[in-house]
Amino acid sequence: MTLPARLEPLALARDATRLALAVTGACAGLVLVGLFGQFSNRWLVVGLLDIGHALMLAIALRAGMVAARGQSWAGAVPRALLCGALAGVLVVLLVMAARVANLRWMLVSLTPVTLNRVGYMLPEQQAMLLLAAGGAAAALLGTALVLLPPKARRLLMGALLGVVLAGLLRELIRSLLSGLGEIDGWAFSYDGLLPAGAMAAAGIGALAAARPGARHFAALPSRARLALQLLCLALLLLLPAVTNDFVAQVMMLVCLYTLMGLGLNVELGLAGLVDLGFVAFFAVGAYTVALLTAETAGVAHLGFFAALPFSVLFAALAGFLFGLPVLRVRGDYLAIATLGLGEVIRVLVLSDMLKPLLGGAQGIVDIPKPALFGVILGSPTRLFYLTAAFAALAGYCAWRLQHSGIGRRWLAVREDEDVAQALGINLVQVKLMAYTIGAAFAGLAGGLFAAMAGSVFPQSFQLLVSVNVLAVLVVGGIGSLPGVVVGAAALIGAPEVLRDLGEHRYLIYGLVIIAIVRFKPEGLSPAAIRQREVA
Amino acid sequence: MTELLRAAGVSKRFGGLLAVDRVSLAMAPGAIHAVIGPNGAGKTTLFNCLTSFTPPSAGEIWLQGARIDGLRPDLVAARGIARTYQNIRLFPDLTALENIMVGLGVRRPETLLGALLATPAHRATVAAVEARARALLLDLGLGGRGDRLARHLSYGDQRRLEIARALSVQPVLLLLDEPAAGMNPVESHAMMELIARIRDEHGVGILLIEHQMRVVMGISEQIHVLDHGVCIAAGTPAQIRADPAVIAAYLGARAAKHGMDALEKRA
Repeated sequence: MTLPARLEPLALARDATRLALAVTGACAGLVLVGLFGQFSNRWLVVGLLDIGHALMLAIALRAGMVAARGQSWAGAVPRALLCGALAGVLVVLLVMAARVANLRWMLVSLTPVTLNRVGYMLPEQQAMLLLAAGGAAAALLGTALVLLPPKARRLLMGALLGVVLAGLLRELIRSLLSGLGEIDGWAFSYDGLLPAGAMAAAGIGALAAARPGARHFAALPSRARLALQLLCLALLLLLPAVTNDFVAQVMMLVCLYTLMGLGLNVELGLAGLVDLGFVAFFAVGAYTVALLTAETAGVAHLGFFAALPFSVLFAALAGFLFGLPVLRVRGDYLAIATLGLGEVIRVLVLSDMLKPLLGGAQGIVDIPKPALFGVILGSPTRLFYLTAAFAALAGYCAWRLQHSGIGRRWLAVREDEDVAQALGINLVQVKLMAYTIGAAFAGLAGGLFAAMAGSVFPQSFQLLVSVNVLAVLVVGGIGSLPGVVVGAAALIGAPEVLRDLGEHRYLIYGLVIIAIVRFKPEGLSPAAIRQREVA
Repeated sequence: MTELLRAAGVSKRFGGLLAVDRVSLAMAPGAIHAVIGPNGAGKTTLFNCLTSFTPPSAGEIWLQGARIDGLRPDLVAARGIARTYQNIRLFPDLTALENIMVGLGVRRPETLLGALLATPAHRATVAAVEARARALLLDLGLGGRGDRLARHLSYGDQRRLEIARALSVQPVLLLLDEPAAGMNPVESHAMMELIARIRDEHGVGILLIEHQMRVVMGISEQIHVLDHGVCIAAGTPAQIRADPAVIAAYLGARAAKHGMDALEKRA
């Protein structure tokens, strides 16, 4: 900016005030919707910083980044300092006003305790000083993040992320490290991350961000790189065995959704068939295993591995039979038709007609755990390996199909049905094949689900399952196989990991989904062909 | 020698509109015919009838001595009719190579099991299909562009890729809907030569819709003129050029009279 020298301080004050008002507004919003109240009694770093104030500081940090936009150090630093400090003062002033005005009859989150917590329970002047100092420091940090040279910026970013992740995911990290024993004493306490642990996390984060081996890794021959990647995968697969059942349970769910996602990917990602009734085939698979293996309600008392092929077969058959009439409609109409299908199956299961066989709302219980060569796969860890093995098998099949002539025909139908038909492609046959194969994958997942849960109930097969699988694809990148895994990990794994954020985890979950479709609409791990084109 | 294509009294009615009205035409194998006429004359509708995309309301269509009207579009394609579109319709998110491999794959189906297990027979098919696709790309001047997404190709390349894709199903009759639309004289001349070469090398009959008279007159052996769905004239380029009904349809009756007078005066 080329302002006359005497106008410079005015512009500075104007920019800083504007930003400070925005920060104050955002912080007030945090308090009003109850987020601050919820999180201010949970430590990010024990004794230093709670999550509620950390959120406020994050807002100030963002303001600092905005302040640095288009500025040099000389212009940015005073703006950031002024903005942060001003925002701190304003927040405390708002608190004082809220105490006087007593708006609690309308804004239920404004409890006296919450208001006190904003100022760390300190007298007002001290609170003002403290928040102003904190705000200024955070804004300065934000400015530094923008203006520092790339290498330093990455280190700083890594350290910050390290602390935040270590603080948020403390339960997970503690259970991962529980084998190491001593770490509990100095890094984590029952309340959360201890300052010493935070230092360690910052160090590890910075180290990871510096990526000391990145250049060597890139220089490795592709074969060695693949070996390293496989090693990482193997370590990941070992995780449930060395940690606890919770981790195994979460990873098992991720694998299950991966399996379903692979099926829906054949239908939607490759052949372009919108399917909102996907859960129907999942249910067919689950009830098949339940009926064939359950001890009391069952009809055949087969072993799990003898029953599983029937799950796949019956689900595929259901897909074929429902596909015959349904696949003659297109686009939005197909979505509605399949939506109906999903409900039909659920209502059928609940109906009086099938109650003697399927148990109605009481479902089918006492499904035995799978047994392989005399070993009962009862623990979550063993069930995880079972699911992972089938997911890998399904992934291989999906990969082969996608890169075959069959997969290309699906893609052609997805791109332009009329043209595909004019090239000699039999639309009904090709679509039915996609629908049947997708259904078979879902049936496999259903069979596994029945065995791991030990019981099946109609309530487990709601529309929400179809929607979740669809969301897995969207988040991961429609039509991309790695995307299915990434999407399942992000959508199914993350909420479980964030469990100790309580009911607010779904808020964060929702925000993450919105952020993904806004900023990365092609998905977290888009199909290779698009990546190639973007590069 | 049997006829390649015979259409007899083909009509297409959309509600109250008779878009194609009792059109008949016959083509010998390897012939190049053109369909011309003002916009809205029913040319593309005639193509849609021939490919069964919109089956004709009346009339008969025979291909190589077999009746094909009323068949499903994919079966018509299997009998040997392939087409391109007035507004290019490639598979935009597939690569150029994949666009062609789709068509080639239809003629060489794979088994599900073969694809899953990657059997030697399956691998051989895949390799053969890919080699054939690359050869086709090279043949149409698209060598080296096989791995680009179709949507990212230039306009002229997209036109040629669409022709390559149509050829990939090994047709006996190729329908080209305005292949030289939007091209400058140099480009449309190259397109003309390409069409003639395709006929010679692939032995296909070609029926094309085109507005550029330079192209139509340059390569067609027979021209059919449609106006309001009716075939008002048919014949060699020289006959069509001199046909008063054609000039009237294109320029309007009064202008045509004017033009004819001027011609006579000059004579």
